[in-house]
Amino acid sequence: MVRYILGRLLSAIPTLFLIITISFFLMRVAPGGPFDLERPLEAKVMENLNKMYNLDKSLWEQYIIYMKNVLQGDFGPSFFFRDFSINELFAQSLPISIQLGLSALTLALIVGGIMGVSAAIKQNRGVDYAVMTAATLGVTIPNFVVAPCLTLFLGVYLGWLPVGGWGGGAFVNVILPVVTLALPQIAVIARLTRGSMIEALRSNHVRTARAYGLSGYTIIVVHALRGAILPVVSYMGPAAAALLTGSVVIETIFGIPGIGRYFVQGALNRDYTLVMGTVVVVACFVIIFNLIVDVLYAALDPRVRFD
Amino acid sequence: MSTINENTVLVIDDLKVDFATNAGMVNAVKGVNIHVDAGETVAIVGESGSGKSQSMMAAMGLLAQNGQTQGSVKYKGQELLGLSSRKLNQIRGAKITMIFQEPMTSLDPLYTIERQLCEPMVEHGGYTWKTARKRAVELLDLVGIPEPARKVKAYPYEMSGGQRQRVMIAMALANDPDILIADEPTTALDVTTQAQILELMADLQKRLGMAVVFITHDLGIVERISDRVYVMKSGEVVEEGDTKEIFSKPAHPYTRMLLDAEPTGRKLDTNEDKPVVLEGTKVRVEFETETGFLKPNHVLRAVNDISITVREGQTVGIVGESGSGKSTLGRALLQLLPNADGRVVYCGNDISGWSKRQMRPLRKEMQLIFQDPFGSLSPRMTVGQIITEGLLVHEPHLSAAERDQRAIQALEEVSMDPAMRNRYPHEFSGGQRQRIAIARTMVLKPKLVVLDEPTSALDRTIQKQVIELLRGLQKENGLTYLFISHDLAVVRAMSDTVMVMKKGEVIEAGLTDDIFRNPKEEYTRELIHAAVLRDDEAA
Amino acid sequence: MSVTSAEQSSAPVMGRSLWDDARDRLLANKAAVASMVVLTVVTLLSIFGPMLSPHQFDTVYRDYVKVPASLESYPRLDQIEPGFESVAKRARMKVESYAMVDDKITATVTSRRSISEKATRYFDRSDLFEGAVISNISADKKSATVTADVQRMHFYFGTDANGRDMMTRTLIAGRVSLTIGLLATFVAITIGLLYGTTSGYFGGKVDLIMMRVVDILYSLPFIFFVIMLVVFFGRNFVLMFIAVGAVEWLDMARIVRGQTLTIKRQEYVQAAEAMGVENTGILKRHVIPNTLGPVVVYMTLLVPKVILLESFLSFLGLGVQEPMTSWGVLISEGAKNLQGAFWMLFFPALFLTSTLFALNFIGDGLRDALDPKDR
Repeated sequence: MVRYILGRLLSAIPTLFLIITISFFLMRVAPGGPFDLERPLEAKVMENLNKMYNLDKSLWEQYIIYMKNVLQGDFGPSFFFRDFSINELFAQSLPISIQLGLSALTLALIVGGIMGVSAAIKQNRGVDYAVMTAATLGVTIPNFVVAPCLTLFLGVYLGWLPVGGWGGGAFVNVILPVVTLALPQIAVIARLTRGSMIEALRSNHVRTARAYGLSGYTIIVVHALRGAILPVVSYMGPAAAALLTGSVVIETIFGIPGIGRYFVQGALNRDYTLVMGTVVVVACFVIIFNLIVDVLYAALDPRVRFD
Repeated sequence: MSTINENTVLVIDDLKVDFATNAGMVNAVKGVNIHVDAGETVAIVGESGSGKSQSMMAAMGLLAQNGQTQGSVKYKGQELLGLSSRKLNQIRGAKITMIFQEPMTSLDPLYTIERQLCEPMVEHGGYTWKTARKRAVELLDLVGIPEPARKVKAYPYEMSGGQRQRVMIAMALANDPDILIADEPTTALDVTTQAQILELMADLQKRLGMAVVFITHDLGIVERISDRVYVMKSGEVVEEGDTKEIFSKPAHPYTRMLLDAEPTGRKLDTNEDKPVVLEGTKVRVEFETETGFLKPNHVLRAVNDISITVREGQTVGIVGESGSGKSTLGRALLQLLPNADGRVVYCGNDISGWSKRQMRPLRKEMQLIFQDPFGSLSPRMTVGQIITEGLLVHEPHLSAAERDQRAIQALEEVSMDPAMRNRYPHEFSGGQRQRIAIARTMVLKPKLVVLDEPTSALDRTIQKQVIELLRGLQKENGLTYLFISHDLAVVRAMSDTVMVMKKGEVIEAGLTDDIFRNPKEEYTRELIHAAVLRDDEAA
Repeated sequence: MSVTSAEQSSAPVMGRSLWDDARDRLLANKAAVASMVVLTVVTLLSIFGPMLSPHQFDTVYRDYVKVPASLESYPRLDQIEPGFESVAKRARMKVESYAMVDDKITATVTSRRSISEKATRYFDRSDLFEGAVISNISADKKSATVTADVQRMHFYFGTDANGRDMMTRTLIAGRVSLTIGLLATFVAITIGLLYGTTSGYFGGKVDLIMMRVVDILYSLPFIFFVIMLVVFFGRNFVLMFIAVGAVEWLDMARIVRGQTLTIKRQEYVQAAEAMGVENTGILKRHVIPNTLGPVVVYMTLLVPKVILLESFLSFLGLGVQEPMTSWGVLISEGAKNLQGAFWMLFFPALFLTSTLFALNFIGDGLRDALDPKDR
């Protein structure tokens, strides 16, 4: 298993290399630069700035310098937040984004899972229809609609929750962003769990369990749910990617200083290093998460072997 | 005839089972009376859709959600229908146990054999997990699984179908039940495995003395193991009685038809002097299984240097169990596999290694008919289009009207209503579909037809009709057949010569009668024994 | 299995194809039918609505900034007199008497400067009045009578923060969103179909390599690439759907490949091969008709995904640019003005959600219809 994990990590290197290369050149061939402000800078200042950020060198040299730095774990200085290095920005923002994402994922798994299972057990009855309707609503109503509405009702009219800001991760500040971020995933997971649970409940081995008079708990949890949860586990990879995407919106709406918001700001201001850094970090995150998901899958399904 | 007495353990009285479907109510079981005495073996026999499984599923409370029951099912006087699941669970898995048709999927793939064997013991038998584990090993030993102490830790996917069915039997016996219901327990298995499982069950019943309800479509099995028989058709019991009586004096016409359904007759004109149509020399097929990107592939030899001669008007039967390479051989001879080695001569032409383009003109004469009548017809084409597709290639000059005419002829040839030619395959039954597949072949007027298990997916009575049809077509058109099947009864009825295959090799070959009367190899003997051939008058 | 006579064969029974069955099942699905109606209405409104609307989507009514959605016409009664006075004031006139009969205003005005007939332009320029006439100009040109018609306008969905009609804007946005949805889906489907069939049809090592590429692309954080693309190469309509389409083709490629592989293994394809049918015939008669179902289903489910992605980018200010608009842009503005002007969010969100809802239901309905397994 250790060999498998090492192999997977090694095979991620070319992927990462590709990502860095593509995004590096994509950004640089685009017209405009980080210091093209509305009011042009003096030629001398511009020259100094370019020198400072190695922009006066050829593209290839810049690429090699950047690669070297990244290999040493240094993402360089920010072009826009002049007093910060990218590493410093990430040190602040990454934990916030991770906390946000993981809370939303946990919430989605628990709530979505429970909804899906109860819908499957009561298939084609009231509970089922209610869950399915809620799930369809959750998938279709975009979170950038949900977020302002929730803010308005819970935050402004009722005044129960703060309307924005992170507040150092205080519980009340976290509720709204986590819930809005989780909503679409709750919907997807509920649908997914319902589908696979229905299939599992109809499967031959569950029929065997029923024929042998096992208790309802053993049938539903031990035999049906463990199999039904496998597709949900595989979905966690895409779900993590979706949460990352969602967090860009959520962080922007709620003014949370996570990497999603930094990324949008960085992109709008052509902060090369910030954008590059975010892409690399996000890619690493996705790769590692997918690996965890695969290992988890193998732990649940004995038919999966590492070789 | 047996009646309900103090020894009766299970009484099913006027049981009705209905399913609510999108197409309305379907009456699967229409008032059935069945009783089972302690220690006896009762067979419920019928073709697919006769309601034989559903009546037992209903008795066990295992119907699908859209199923409803009426009537009564009593176990030792206790009504089972409408019982709360907690009360029912005191009987299911303890007093009445069940084995299913699908050994591959009836066990939970995610847990070890041990865990699954122990669950019902802990639930009902008063075992602790520790004692249950010990008993699990004993049970595996009892059902003849080698190295039970090691195998008990295995997962189902690590076992063969036969072994899994043995595990299911072990599970069924764990709590010393009064009744064991076996729902087609051997249907999905190879014939030799089938025979072993049947013997095991008969032996265990003798030793442990429970009653066995055996649901099957196979009369050979019924005759071999059961004391009493219920014959079911379209949800009703049409006849019941002692096995011997029913087999010797069937009263109901349907029972008679079932008993006559075993293909009879022999093909006696062996055509040993006719010209050779197809000759294969040292045909070999290897499959590479991908093990991964840029890794050396694993090589599997499916057909190993087989030579075969087929003469005009002959039927050569190829017999073997699944995985013996018999289908692969058939396809290799037709040059449908790019990775086949060896020499194949068709009507004097060495066609080995010919390209698709070179083969195209010959395809008209060499045809293939498949096992699965549901998969072999394109679902989105009409029957007429399916039948005439080959004409587009081989007789492109025909007009649409002429093609239509040919489709009509072909359908009439296989005794189907030509008015059906604008229908789609899904509107037909399995037997009708197989006729359509045969019509598709016949429309091209072939010389050689490879029949790959053409009757295996069909009920016995339909099987017989299809075989009669194939035989008739052969006589009329002077066809040459290569008949591939695992079913010895069918092969015996169809072929002049027989080849017995095992693991890619030919074990034994010769004239049909010789092979069936005096098999030389142990494996052939085993196959013949396992097939429970009912001797018929023509032999 | 009857043996037939010649009369029967002359009148063949018409069969029901799987497509016929699927259509019937779809039409029996109430949610799907209702969704199709909703989608048709939204589409027709988006196409023809802006043409029929009395307002241009970019016309700014300075007098009607953020007016609430209403079925009644503007200006409101209590708005007219102050409005008239403020216009008069702009024209440096003072209203001495004011009377309104049937939306016709007659007023006498005085001014310290001389009143000329050209002053009507002040009234006509206002969004409130039209057909202003100045008559009875007194000899000293210090007083006159002004008659004007109240210009009646309807803002059924209200107006936005710039005073533009929300209804026209919502409908125009619908055009943009639906177009992007369809075009990007088309791009994604085309790439996916080509890639998937090639991979599935050739199989073996080609397939292995092509699918490995897809796997690698899957692990790229695509949304970030899309954002980078639109930021660095300008917010351009064409680029939008190319970018989105380029992201979404991966799933399609996988589905089509899987489908092609499955169909290739089907016995009816083997039967056709055994009859010597050439590749084009197999593709035309067997592979394509049988792949169509899942592709159609995926397509219906992809359109809402793409619309959502576009709205997402527009919401972040990275999508369609002013004065052009899309539902995402409108929702973004609506969210900013939610307090006090909820209609700015409500109507675009209603349109977007009902379109997404409808498309999802149609997709689900199609899936159930084409692949009937009893629920």
